[in-house]
Amino acid sequence: MRYLPLTPDDRAQMLDVIGAATIDDLFADVPAAARKSEPFDLPHHAGELEVERELANLAAMNRAAGAGPFFCGAGAYRHHVPATVDHIIQRSEFLTSYTPYQPEIAQGTLQVLFEFQTQVAALTGLDVANASMYDGSTACAEAVMMARRVTRRKKAILSGGLHPHYAATTQTIAHAEGMDIVRQTVAFDAEAAVIAAIDSETACVVVQTPNVFGVATDVTAIAEAAHEAGALLIVVTTEAVSYGLLKSPGEMGADIAVAEGQSIGNALNFGGPYIGLFTCREKLVRQMPGRLCGETVDAEGRRGFVLTLSTREQHIRRDKATSNICTNSGLCALAFTIHLTLLGEVGLRQLAAINHAKARRLAKALGAVPGVEVLTKRFFNEIAIRLPGDATDMVEALLEDGVVAGVPFSRLDPDAGLDDVLLCAATEMTLDEDIDAFAQALSRRIGQ
Amino acid sequence: MTMQTVGRPTRPEDVQPLATGFASLTGGRGLLQDEALIFERDGWNKTGVDLPEADLDGSDLGDLARAAPIGLPGLSEPEAMRHYVRLSQKNHAIDLALYPLGSCTMKHNPRLNEKMARLAGFADLHPMAPVSTVQGALALMDRLSHWLKTLTGMPAVALSPKAGAHGELCGLLAIRAAHEAKGDPRRRVLVPTSAHGTNPATAAFVGYSVTEIAQTDDGRVDLADLEAKLGPDVAAIMVTNPNTCGLFERDIIEIARLTHAVGAYFYCDGANFNAIVGRVRPGDLGVDAMHINLHKTFSTPHGGGGPGAGPVVLSEALAPFAPAPWVVHGPEGLTLVEETVGEAAQAFGRMSAFHGQMGMFVRAYAYMRSHGADGLRQVAEDAVLNANYIKARLSGAMTPAFPDGPCMHEALFDDTWLEGTGVTTLDFAKALIDEGFHPMTMYFPLVVHGAMLIEPTETESKQEMDRFCEALLALAQAAKAGDVDRFKGAPYLAPLRRLDETLAARKPRLTWKPSSGVAPAPLAAE
Repeated sequence: MRYLPLTPDDRAQMLDVIGAATIDDLFADVPAAARKSEPFDLPHHAGELEVERELANLAAMNRAAGAGPFFCGAGAYRHHVPATVDHIIQRSEFLTSYTPYQPEIAQGTLQVLFEFQTQVAALTGLDVANASMYDGSTACAEAVMMARRVTRRKKAILSGGLHPHYAATTQTIAHAEGMDIVRQTVAFDAEAAVIAAIDSETACVVVQTPNVFGVATDVTAIAEAAHEAGALLIVVTTEAVSYGLLKSPGEMGADIAVAEGQSIGNALNFGGPYIGLFTCREKLVRQMPGRLCGETVDAEGRRGFVLTLSTREQHIRRDKATSNICTNSGLCALAFTIHLTLLGEVGLRQLAAINHAKARRLAKALGAVPGVEVLTKRFFNEIAIRLPGDATDMVEALLEDGVVAGVPFSRLDPDAGLDDVLLCAATEMTLDEDIDAFAQALSRRIGQ
Repeated sequence: MTMQTVGRPTRPEDVQPLATGFASLTGGRGLLQDEALIFERDGWNKTGVDLPEADLDGSDLGDLARAAPIGLPGLSEPEAMRHYVRLSQKNHAIDLALYPLGSCTMKHNPRLNEKMARLAGFADLHPMAPVSTVQGALALMDRLSHWLKTLTGMPAVALSPKAGAHGELCGLLAIRAAHEAKGDPRRRVLVPTSAHGTNPATAAFVGYSVTEIAQTDDGRVDLADLEAKLGPDVAAIMVTNPNTCGLFERDIIEIARLTHAVGAYFYCDGANFNAIVGRVRPGDLGVDAMHINLHKTFSTPHGGGGPGAGPVVLSEALAPFAPAPWVVHGPEGLTLVEETVGEAAQAFGRMSAFHGQMGMFVRAYAYMRSHGADGLRQVAEDAVLNANYIKARLSGAMTPAFPDGPCMHEALFDDTWLEGTGVTTLDFAKALIDEGFHPMTMYFPLVVHGAMLIEPTETESKQEMDRFCEALLALAQAAKAGDVDRFKGAPYLAPLRRLDETLAARKPRLTWKPSSGVAPAPLAAE
């Protein structure tokens, strides 16, 4: 077997050194009743070629996003990732290293994390970022629990524009910890509605911008209302490229900002692995979940980086930790940082502008289709449209025309009564011809 | 043609030994460059991508448009490539040498897996694309589930947890939901003192109070203490097996029986599944829930701290409470149950957006198919054989924490043998860096004084293990011979010397700021 270096001779010699007669002697502590001697009903080993064939066949049963006009977003966005990014993240020293617990021989990973934290803090307009969470949705849940620790209050108000998966994840995890999660009615453009719900029991309000319908909102007034009541404002973003064009959460008064960072450096991957971004104001740092990388010096006074403030973490604090997170999204953070370093501020702003321009073109083209209403007026790269009929049926019909039209809102939340709403995103990957093909096919189908 | 040797020493005896205090003039070290941060390179107006001209008109956004600068530097492509390649050279990696971190299972990461995960049909696949266009992805998830269930002897699996600790959370949420469904919410979770920190952290996260169970002198759960602490308010016990001392819990079946007798569930931390895969099925031990770290047992890369994946296998009793989503066979092929309504109403909720770590599923499945049932059994056998070999070779010089009987996949030593040398476990581990190896896991598990936990995994050759053992034996001899400076100052030869972690925690500098950078060390010439 190609992954196992020991030869039968090695094994015999090693058993000799150990003083064991057979390998079974080394499993002597396993109760007899639990020793599985007959083989499992699973195939035996396979060569590289065979495995490659099976997986290539499975991959071929999928329609890749790049196979034609494609408009899905809803928290995962198709962007171009420079070849340099994928090359560097496959270097052995990054790919096959562990969490940097031995800083003297992990400065590569640690300096990358320090750069990553600085970039993420700058993007969100907040003071400190951690070294990543699993994804945006779990980062959102962790932010809500952090607000409880900070405020010692139990109530969290989730805006009706929050991605339904984020709301469900937060509800699942934070509810288990004893929080009251108040999820407002799903509404297309109702971020300001959270203000009326804030009271003296409120730990935090969670508002997404651009929201799940693509609506971009200025949350400054919400921040003021939250702060007046002693609550925190958590701002969620699922499309990190939007930071290049829109006012940052920090500028609008957010205390904690969380985001899905997949758009920068990471492929769609059918939903994972992705990368959660987590930032907050400096005074809250000791309540933050997750790993933090910090600057220090070595014994000769040279600058270096280490994981720090670990007294918040599970390996030191155990049941008193701020979170149970251990493994996070290190390699995805590396990809994020390399891509953002290649973009720079100049490139990110331009990329964001291209995305916005594509979405405006999409909104214009779809809005011109009789029977279609574009619901989202102020957007970044995603819009919600109302169709004359069921959105899921329309997506299936358009698939026959070779167009993947977007995500029916009812797939994210079947109970919202928005079966006729379709979410459509455009990025720099979207060709103008794709938009024309979509609009034409949609027009034809509606006319039928 | 012979090599040009004039003017440079070519024989070892011609080379001066490393002079203490020697420093290069610029901070470079041979192949290692002193690499500035991206923020210190004056790249504020640079970019390494060529994008088409865009209509920069954001007027429709009004006051939502960002006005102030973000503060992000850029680098051209060659500069970025060089920057990150230089940084990479400051990392240790499995591909460089044995990486004996106990409980972390740092095994070889096959590149076939990387290649498969990058097929457009997997990597360029949107999680919310119409189900009819993702049948191959769902089939892969279905096959992976079948393998995980078969290998563990468990009837159900929740694929979506994103790492081990997230899997623990999933398992405990299922347990909590099961108790609540019976109208009997319970309050306590029992955790052995040797447990990984994530176990008590997870239990507390779910709102349980944690009670510790004592350990016997031979490194196992103390049954008498367990019986004394079990009661009708106990929701679950969390036991790692093989445990963090590298030992199989001999009384595991009895532990499960006692746990079930009070109506509690048995959560098994599967971090060490690599030791028993293909030989022992957790389902036969009475386990109700167990997470499987795909980034340990099934070879997906650790990536400097993730991403991982932590699917959780579940017993019949817990299966109905598994979180959404999951794959089902329908009349028109495979489909996903994404909402916790109707037949899925008992599901406890959702662990994250979308469907889990697909990129890791592809890699893990490629690994399983490569090994097959026969190869996976050999994985466990070689992992255990390698650990016992290292234990046997080092036992004369170092003190094994549990000398009697075999260990499983990792060998645990304490620091008794260092007494009187003036060298600590930390010093010893740091000296190992100078010999070219990554240190073992130190000071964990907490139940063993000055613990050194060595896990070689099955992908080490005998030759590499011999090299590693000889390095440790030479260091042990040096420690006992009083060569204390070798340890106290270590590492000497790493990219950096020992780092001041206290300073980092006392005055946290977590982001780069124009004015606050620590000044570089003065040039030697000054």
